Amino acid sequence: MGQESARDRAYPPKPGDVYLYSTCLIDQFSPEAGLDTLNLLEREGIRVHFPDGQTCCGQPAYNSGYPDEARAVALQQLSLFSQPWPVIVPSGSCAAMMHHHYPKLFASDQALLARATELAARVFELTEFLVHVINFKQPDRGSACTVALHTSCHARREMGSHETSAALLSTLDNVDVVVQDRIEECCGFGGTFAIRYPEISEAIVSDKVASLRATGAERVVSADCGCLFNITGRAAKQDELAGIAPPTLPGEHIASFLWKRTSGIPS
Amino acid sequence: MSQIIHFDPDQDFKARSRTAVNDPAQRANFRGAMDFLQAKRRGQFGDQDELAGLRAIGAAIRQNSLAKLPELLELLEKNLTANGIQVHWAETAADANAIALGIARRVGARNIAKGKSMVSEEIGFNHAMADAGIDAFETDMGEYIVELAGEKPSHIIMPAIHKTKQQIAALFAEKIPGVAYTEDVDALIRIGRQVLRGKFAGADVGLSGVNFAVAETGTLCLVENEGNGRMCTTVPDVHIAVTGIEKVVEKLEHVPPLYSLLTRSATGQSITTYFNMISRPRQEGEKDGPREVHLILIDNGRSQAHADEQLRATLQCIRCGACMNHCPVYARIGGHAYGTTYPGPIGAIVSPHMLGLNATYPLAFASTLCGACVEVCPVKIPITDILIRLRNEAQAGEEQASLRGSGAGRSALATAIWKGWSLIYSRLGIYRLTSWFISRGHKLSPVSQGAWTKCRTALKPAPKRLRDLIRERRS
Ligand code: SF4
Repeated sequence: MGQESARDRAYPPKPGDVYLYSTCLIDQFSPEAGLDTLNLLEREGIRVHFPDGQTCCGQPAYNSGYPDEARAVALQQLSLFSQPWPVIVPSGSCAAMMHHHYPKLFASDQALLARATELAARVFELTEFLVHVINFKQPDRGSACTVALHTSCHARREMGSHETSAALLSTLDNVDVVVQDRIEECCGFGGTFAIRYPEISEAIVSDKVASLRATGAERVVSADCGCLFNITGRAAKQDELAGIAPPTLPGEHIASFLWKRTSGIPS
Repeated sequence: MSQIIHFDPDQDFKARSRTAVNDPAQRANFRGAMDFLQAKRRGQFGDQDELAGLRAIGAAIRQNSLAKLPELLELLEKNLTANGIQVHWAETAADANAIALGIARRVGARNIAKGKSMVSEEIGFNHAMADAGIDAFETDMGEYIVELAGEKPSHIIMPAIHKTKQQIAALFAEKIPGVAYTEDVDALIRIGRQVLRGKFAGADVGLSGVNFAVAETGTLCLVENEGNGRMCTTVPDVHIAVTGIEKVVEKLEHVPPLYSLLTRSATGQSITTYFNMISRPRQEGEKDGPREVHLILIDNGRSQAHADEQLRATLQCIRCGACMNHCPVYARIGGHAYGTTYPGPIGAIVSPHMLGLNATYPLAFASTLCGACVEVCPVKIPITDILIRLRNEAQAGEEQASLRGSGAGRSALATAIWKGWSLIYSRLGIYRLTSWFISRGHKLSPVSQGAWTKCRTALKPAPKRLRDLIRERRS
């Protein structure tokens, strides 16, 4: 872990084909973010392949201390990408799991380790791919708005993609990006941490929501659904308890935000 | 009939952390202190490339020490002995206290002046001395405050960081005879200083920790800011140093980079006010210094960490405290909630070797794995990977566990849930079916939403999954 590794990464030229690995959260809870990822990539003339066998990267079990269960799930994903195309993941956390932790997970089996290492090398988080491989630049068709960017800890510290998310937002002329206090601090999600120690998680996410609200941002944008659900779920609960509607701190996946602004769909 | 006292470390940790997050005054103390320390550290490391280079050097030096640990310890003992410093080996905390007590008794000591030492906290030194009728008293300002309040340190560098100046003012006014309440920080420091300085004159033995023990020269290095460390190691006739076996470094030239990393990471100082190098007792014809110098080298579980290829990195630690200063969990619950001598991320990874995993496993789970600690650790300990490993160990069946005192984190329910989860997500047919059910509002999610919705709105599955939407779009 550490940003040194992310900065040193070598990127391929723009490919004709890519795989989309959408993550289990997007598949089940936020499919529009997956579709908008597809839209962004197809607009660049890339053929996007969605292996139907994909389920979950295995991170929930891996981080919870169930390596055998994580391996069984990860093994299922290892067999999905037979062509040498890049694998695009619209989540820094899941991308980090596949890019950094698959080789550790399969370290004790030479054959599987070789496959995991080969796959890890072509797993890209969406925003790093858009910046470093696509050189994304599309005119901003949206009206003026103010947003805050939240980057997940794995995106920031394992993929270095806080820089690419920020770079993408800065290409949008009518978007004012405001910076919250302690921007680099965790939102308190931590997967099953939020369930196991709900009071500590609540304390952390409440501070995160407060710092975001203090910026006056109309919405929070993130490349990770886990953090988004945590932050906007907390903010919405506060609204609910205060009898306020509609939500005062909505969130949007960066893929949807980028796609809507550059295709002229109002958010 | 003997009574069985039920001890549940997870419930205990939950209760303590709940109390801590619901204490707004203490939360504000920690938040302010952590923000301050983070800013101080940032100020030291403006040049990221310099930092990366220095961290690589620091990690390499510590890894070298651990790779050659047995030889270096032998060399250290040989050179210290040649310098006239007496070396003692302690396998457990009790052994270490017994050795110190033996020395104190032999010289007829009634009291011991202590410099700041987390190892002395780790072994329960003050208690052990008190039980033997010897008064061991703190001379570091933070430790003194904590001692006066009858508490324990809440941070490894700043023991009294959980206290406001108002709380310290009230404590001094209550406990120190003739002191009036004042919130003037300089006045408070002056008061504490006066009390502490007066104590050195009558001290029979001085106790200190060690930051780096240099094998090739037989030198003990001590880093401090208050000068009390120098007093403890020079004024009394006998000096006893206590340290963990991992603190050895091979060469004198290894000290400057580690020292620089330590002070800049810990308090954002370029250098501390005092840096002591102790290499021998008072010699013939010298007018001051202790007549006896002892070093007690303590294992207390460290060799278990050392024996494991992955967990060995735990011992690279130079106790700078940066990992806790940047930890979102530590900032919310403070040091006492951990219930261990060493709190925060380093506490979570080192305590299992000292106290057993069964008593400490909740700490490994009390992390979001955000990696802020890994990013700042000056000697590049892969703390999050070690936390995950400890989670594995805590839940492993007896046949798989490789650490002593593990398996208590195993819960039949959790194991069944994750087995079920694994089955769903590793068999496509089952995933298709269950996610289809979930998308139609059925509750098949393996993780309960109860704890989630206490402070958040519920997660709502989308009516159609991405895979359905893509199929529709492409058909
Ligand atoms: S683990 Fe690293 S950051 Fe934490 S106290 Fe030790 S050296 Fe410092």
